[in-house]
Amino acid sequence: MSGLALTNVVKEFGSFTAVNNVELNVPQGTFVCMLGPSGCGKTTLLRMIAGLDLPTSGSIRLDGEDITHVPTHKRNLGMVFQSLALFPHLTVGENIAYPLRIRGVPKEDQKKRVAELLSMVHLSGYADRPVAKLSGGQRQRVAIARALSISPRLFLLDEPMSALDAKLREAMQVELRQLQQKLGITTVVVTHDQREAMTMADTVVVMKGGEIRQAASPMEIYRKPADSFVADFIGQTNLLEAELDSTGRALVLGQPVEGIAFKPGMNKATLSVRPEDVHLTAPGAGALSGTVTFVRDLGGMIETFVDVAGRQIIAVSTPRARPDVSVGQPVGVVLSPDVCVVLAR
Amino acid sequence: MRREAPQKIGDYAPLFFPAMMLIVFFVVPFATMIAVSFFQRQQGGFYVPAFVLSNYERFISWFFANVLGFSLMLAVVVAICCVVLALPFTYLLTRMKRKVQIVWLVALLSVLSLSEVIIGFAWSTLFSRTAGITNLLVMAGIMSEAKALLPSFGAVLTGMVYQAFPYTVLVLYPALVRLDPTLTEAARTLGASPVRAFFTVVVPALRNTIVATLIMVFIFALGSYLLPQLLGRPQHWTLSVLITDQAIYQSNMPFAAAMAVFLVLVTLGLVALTVLAGRKGEAA
Repeated sequence: MSGLALTNVVKEFGSFTAVNNVELNVPQGTFVCMLGPSGCGKTTLLRMIAGLDLPTSGSIRLDGEDITHVPTHKRNLGMVFQSLALFPHLTVGENIAYPLRIRGVPKEDQKKRVAELLSMVHLSGYADRPVAKLSGGQRQRVAIARALSISPRLFLLDEPMSALDAKLREAMQVELRQLQQKLGITTVVVTHDQREAMTMADTVVVMKGGEIRQAASPMEIYRKPADSFVADFIGQTNLLEAELDSTGRALVLGQPVEGIAFKPGMNKATLSVRPEDVHLTAPGAGALSGTVTFVRDLGGMIETFVDVAGRQIIAVSTPRARPDVSVGQPVGVVLSPDVCVVLAR
Repeated sequence: MRREAPQKIGDYAPLFFPAMMLIVFFVVPFATMIAVSFFQRQQGGFYVPAFVLSNYERFISWFFANVLGFSLMLAVVVAICCVVLALPFTYLLTRMKRKVQIVWLVALLSVLSLSEVIIGFAWSTLFSRTAGITNLLVMAGIMSEAKALLPSFGAVLTGMVYQAFPYTVLVLYPALVRLDPTLTEAARTLGASPVRAFFTVVVPALRNTIVATLIMVFIFALGSYLLPQLLGRPQHWTLSVLITDQAIYQSNMPFAAAMAVFLVLVTLGLVALTVLAGRKGEAA
């Protein structure tokens, strides 16, 4: 199989298991984002793919070749570090040419390749500048160009945007995704920013406690989260307790709701409902009834907080579809069964 | 932030203490030495104030030129040996666990507590025929007969490198600890073996620190006067040995002072040259 394949990868630090039995296939040319809270093992996993850490057990294969014990410098990969790790004693051009120099590429070819890469990252003419004189976004581009200078088999990025301000970050995300698609290079990015993952990835891998909770396309992760952690971690969601009563009717927060399909053998569950799927209606008309506790008008969207049996439900709507409610007013909450994701509890 | 130029004399107050210290402990003794170097020596070990150049004239000879040359060469070799040994050592040390680092640093500090005399006698025992390390080699069957390794240039060099090594490590340590460890990792992901990464990233990134350390060890080694006597032959004696000899055993203070002044001037000149060369290299 071409691409990257992780099989039963385990990493232990003493008695602490940082990565537990990870299985992951990354087909050639795809963009994978590993997403999770800090300490979930995503960076450790990336370091093992890079060869900077050795797995305790399991194997890592690249294009069918077992690279588990191949030293980092023989893996022909490109990596962008969180700190960027640009060499302070070298100029922009020398930084980008470093992997070529190490491989003994002739000086002329080095120059040509550096010019090519600089124009690719929109930094033509910067070759002779010292690295220290660059802005954050420019350093970022240099780090990317350096990692891509040998046309690596694998492109790895560890929290690449964390040093940039919000606006620049959004722009770089789009740019990085476009670059990756143009080059068709297999890419693995580690991030804790779910927006970043949703923007760039073909496949989002959500990790927690050293394990993969779900690996799927961004839409699938968002629409069909595998468990309540994934549902809550990706975007905003309402998690509502539900159970079956003695007659087999579904109760959500103690109120009966029609059409919620429990999996066979389940008698209690958590429902995940995205705020934009929650609609408000006249009191008594919806599936649930509650009281408005707060309205947050953000201009572009309006968040309405509704208290239902002591639980807070958030409904989001556009200004045009603004619900006619005010704080303290009783409302009905519409839960259509097709937007409710039933998760094990 | 823009700073106001000092207005009143009181604004210079923070400078008084360091200036006093510098005057009392450096300027006055050094000025005294310069003055003494021009004084007239009298038979019997005394000297009278005068202004004669004979002390410096006596110094201009092949014998002293050779001694000066040897002293400078020895100090340079000691500095290079120390940095070449200490740089990889300190680099590996900073990559170890905190606890291991502390044990090593304490061990190195304890070497600093040894006086030059003790280091000298310890090495002269280790290099001796009767109780030296060659006996171990004989036992191991590598050598057929124990022999004395001193007095020799190698013995002088070993002793001085041993003495200067902890200083070298302690000067290099902070810079290496501060060095971003992802720099070497980045070099490895870009195709450099760990050894190659060390030479293409760590060494060039620390160029200024390395030059500063070389200068420090060089000056430290120039001042050594006991080890060359304990471990070397008379041809391995440095200018510092001769200064000590003149000042203490020959009671010729003016001549000793003249030699010391000359040594300081030569040293300052060399350090200035190194710094200048370093600046040029940086601009290129």
